[in-house]
Amino acid sequence: MNNILVQIGIENYIFLCVVLFCIGIFGVLYRRNAIIMFMSIEIMLNAVNLLFVAFSTFHQDAQGQVFVFFSMAVAAAEVAVGLAILVSIFRNSSSIDIDNLKNLKG
Amino acid sequence: MSTLLIIFYFLSAITLATAFLTIISKNPIHSAIYLVICFFSVAGHYLLFNAQFLAIVHIIVYSGAIMVLFLFTIMLMNLNKEGEPHKKIATKLAAVISFGLVCFVMLAVFIKAMPKMETYRTSGQDFQSIKVLGKVLLNEYMVPFEFASVLLLVAMMGVVLLSKKEKTIQ
Repeated sequence: MNNILVQIGIENYIFLCVVLFCIGIFGVLYRRNAIIMFMSIEIMLNAVNLLFVAFSTFHQDAQGQVFVFFSMAVAAAEVAVGLAILVSIFRNSSSIDIDNLKNLKG
Repeated sequence: MSTLLIIFYFLSAITLATAFLTIISKNPIHSAIYLVICFFSVAGHYLLFNAQFLAIVHIIVYSGAIMVLFLFTIMLMNLNKEGEPHKKIATKLAAVISFGLVCFVMLAVFIKAMPKMETYRTSGQDFQSIKVLGKVLLNEYMVPFEFASVLLLVAMMGVVLLSKKEKTIQ
């Protein structure tokens, strides 16, 4: 399996990750449900992680995979804190529609 | 066309389709289920790269922990109804147009950059088995590894503090 990039080619992975990242951007812009926006952010993080692993294989270097490991730890912490914030927002305004959150607007 | 290429196209189709369905499905529970499938197919990509450690960690962290957290929050807020008010049509159009433009620009950049990249050749050296990765992680990256645990601890404390019910002031 060591010759996977010979058979598939790094460019296919680059295109896949770019499209996946753009789908994540689209989700953040398109929906107003805050949970779906969080899921889109997860999709973007996954696209970047996949590209990291692809280039780690391309350069035959383990450090890219170590970085992906740390980024997964940060993503786990980020999701936990973000969902807790969403729960407390929901408790205050009984909806998580982001368009309702304009109390700070002058 | 080799078997690997067929597996790659199949997995990529699943990844992109479920990522898109995550965004456009109305029910948040359905979105979460599609996102689980998307994460599993990304783990399949990792396995295709022979990165076993990351595939296992990805399944445990994303498909296990994060998705349980998402589903739990959705059910806690009782959001599994389809009563989301629609955005204005102009906003949706703007989202679609910016999606297309960002996609176009990034793909164009990478297609232009492709001839500059060196060609790939394998050295046959083992660099990504769990054994090698563990040595790299615990020798060179010892301090960041420990700090990750501190980060997770602080995140846990913050979550408990945030989601604790505030006492009402008399």
